Amino acid sequence: MATPPESVPVPPVPGRPARVRGPAQDVAGLGIGRAVGFLAPALLLIGAFLVFPAIWTIYIGITNYRLTGVEAVSPSIVGLSNYTRALNDALFHNALWLTLLFVLGSAIIGQNILGFALAWTMRRARPAVRRTVEALVLLAWILPSTVVAYLWIAFFDRDTGTLNSILGTQGTAWLIDYPMVCLVLFNTWRGTAFSMMLYSSALQAVPPSQLESARMVGASGWQTLRDIVFPHIRGHVLTNTLLISLWTANDFSPFLLTKGGPNHESETVPVYIYNVALQGGELGYSSAISFLLLIANLLVALLYLRLLRRRS
Amino acid sequence: MAGIDIEGLATVYPNGVRAVDGLDLTVADGEFFALLGPSGCGKTTLLRTIAGLESATEGTVRIDSADVTRLEPGKRGVAMVFQDYALFPHMTVSENITYPLKVRRVAPSTRAEVAERTSGELSLHGLLERRPGQLSGGQQQRVALARAIASEGKVLLLDEPLSNLDARLRLEARTFLKKLQKDLGITTVFVTHDQAEALALADRIAVMQDGKLRQLGSPREVFARPSNTFVANFIGSTPMNLVPGVVSASSIDGRPVDGGSNGSAVGAVSLAGGSLPAATASAPAGAEVTVGIRPEYLTLSTRDVSGPSLRGSVVVAENLGTMSLVSVDCDGTLIGVTVPEEDEPAPGTPVVLTASAQRVLLYDKESGELLARQPAVVG
Repeated sequence: MATPPESVPVPPVPGRPARVRGPAQDVAGLGIGRAVGFLAPALLLIGAFLVFPAIWTIYIGITNYRLTGVEAVSPSIVGLSNYTRALNDALFHNALWLTLLFVLGSAIIGQNILGFALAWTMRRARPAVRRTVEALVLLAWILPSTVVAYLWIAFFDRDTGTLNSILGTQGTAWLIDYPMVCLVLFNTWRGTAFSMMLYSSALQAVPPSQLESARMVGASGWQTLRDIVFPHIRGHVLTNTLLISLWTANDFSPFLLTKGGPNHESETVPVYIYNVALQGGELGYSSAISFLLLIANLLVALLYLRLLRRRS
Repeated sequence: MAGIDIEGLATVYPNGVRAVDGLDLTVADGEFFALLGPSGCGKTTLLRTIAGLESATEGTVRIDSADVTRLEPGKRGVAMVFQDYALFPHMTVSENITYPLKVRRVAPSTRAEVAERTSGELSLHGLLERRPGQLSGGQQQRVALARAIASEGKVLLLDEPLSNLDARLRLEARTFLKKLQKDLGITTVFVTHDQAEALALADRIAVMQDGKLRQLGSPREVFARPSNTFVANFIGSTPMNLVPGVVSASSIDGRPVDGGSNGSAVGAVSLAGGSLPAATASAPAGAEVTVGIRPEYLTLSTRDVSGPSLRGSVVVAENLGTMSLVSVDCDGTLIGVTVPEEDEPAPGTPVVLTASAQRVLLYDKESGELLARQPAVVG
């Protein structure tokens, strides 16, 4: 079919992207009515299971709604008192602090560094070795939390635990004596696969000739990493750190290992929310804290977007 | 400054491919040396083995008489420019050039001096604060060269130095590169698949095939006197005529070949329905050979000539600028011959081709090797 001359595309003016302004065209040719019809089921599901609970959470966050008792039947609006209570709640402060430690230790340091180290060393390993290591690391990531938690409880167990057998420290109750250390170790092990995979693909974007140039001038391993590799993957480091930080901050699997104990020593914010809501029955207060956690997540994401924009 | 000695070098990849296969080579101090061959011939692997980026399986590499076969690349005193230049995009031109010095923890003030001086040598004035992305291809190449020079190696290795430039820039860069090499006097080895580039730049050329050396010589030698049909085919912008022939007479008049150093007799070789004079001392009459003659060394005339010649009619003429490549059908065999543009005959013209005996090369029909006692190169 011959192209009519008037439809020959005009080459875009450099520096001015050829973008259509105004509302998008009806590209599928369905018509508004049918398009809405196709979208409706998805919108309904999202509305019912995502948007409504979120708004509901915000709503009960300003009530004294409880699991049982009078307020379970007729909660009353208490305004911002749940929030002012959270600001003065020593246990909430404790939870925030532990979450920070958890994110810092297991995500920003643990998964990031271990993931990068694995990606960097496996790059030149024999294919059989690389595939085996990747499979093992991935396995830790894809196993269901309950299974993994059970394995780690067995690993840390005081009487017949594997760790005590290895170290010859029979009788050490790791999960009770060093709960946060255990959680950091556990989550590093559990989540490193994502960082490893992300960094593996990021490292492939570093031109081999640049690494070889560094080798030719005698750069050490550390100099090569600092001067050649990191500048190339800075954006990937940022993306990875953001994602694993958010996931770790919201992670509930610490509950499966320690239930927040002993004596709130490993009670990160998600665990605290659960304990407040279902052990203490204070649904209103826990909703308020959930909302605060959401705000914190948004702030981190905004910070990240700002950093990314500054780079480009 | 230093020479390179390579002895019995072999580089075998884990999959068993012998990319470099038992090679002996000596590059003299200050020489501009080309490794030439088709892709997959092992020339780049050889270069990388000299650099230390690939480890030699057998044999030794010596630079400045010191055995460097097992030395790390950074400790060999070798600088390398990669095909894609491998400039660091996040560093300025100045930082790129002085990166080898930064690695050695040279003081920033000294580094600034080196950047200033080297950028002057390579006409990069005023570009020191730019980033590689803001430079043209030619400028990027010069930055890569500047970085290699700043590292003050004893030997400079260039991997396909001109292939990433467009055609016009390539000629400019070629001249620049040759002058730079002469000025610096640094032993330089470069890899290329482009025979014209090798002929134009190198003091000596090593032609490689399947990891082995097929010929080693000056550009004139490999052009005028390829030592086998592979090299004959590979070198020259117009392909050499390689035609089966038979030695018809070991001597015509008993005179020695003009300029022949060994006094071999002029004989004749019959091919394509005619015959040409050739030094046939090493082949008895009746021997089957492959006759090689460059289009540039054949003379075309439209009048009859005496003595051995080929007769045929013009099929097609291709314009090469100042010259034309004329294909002549000689008894069913197409023979190429170059003529000045003003002498270009029309298709269908009957023509006679002649050549001087010293330009007609005889190759063994089976092995493709140049038969011994062929005339030496003149000029």
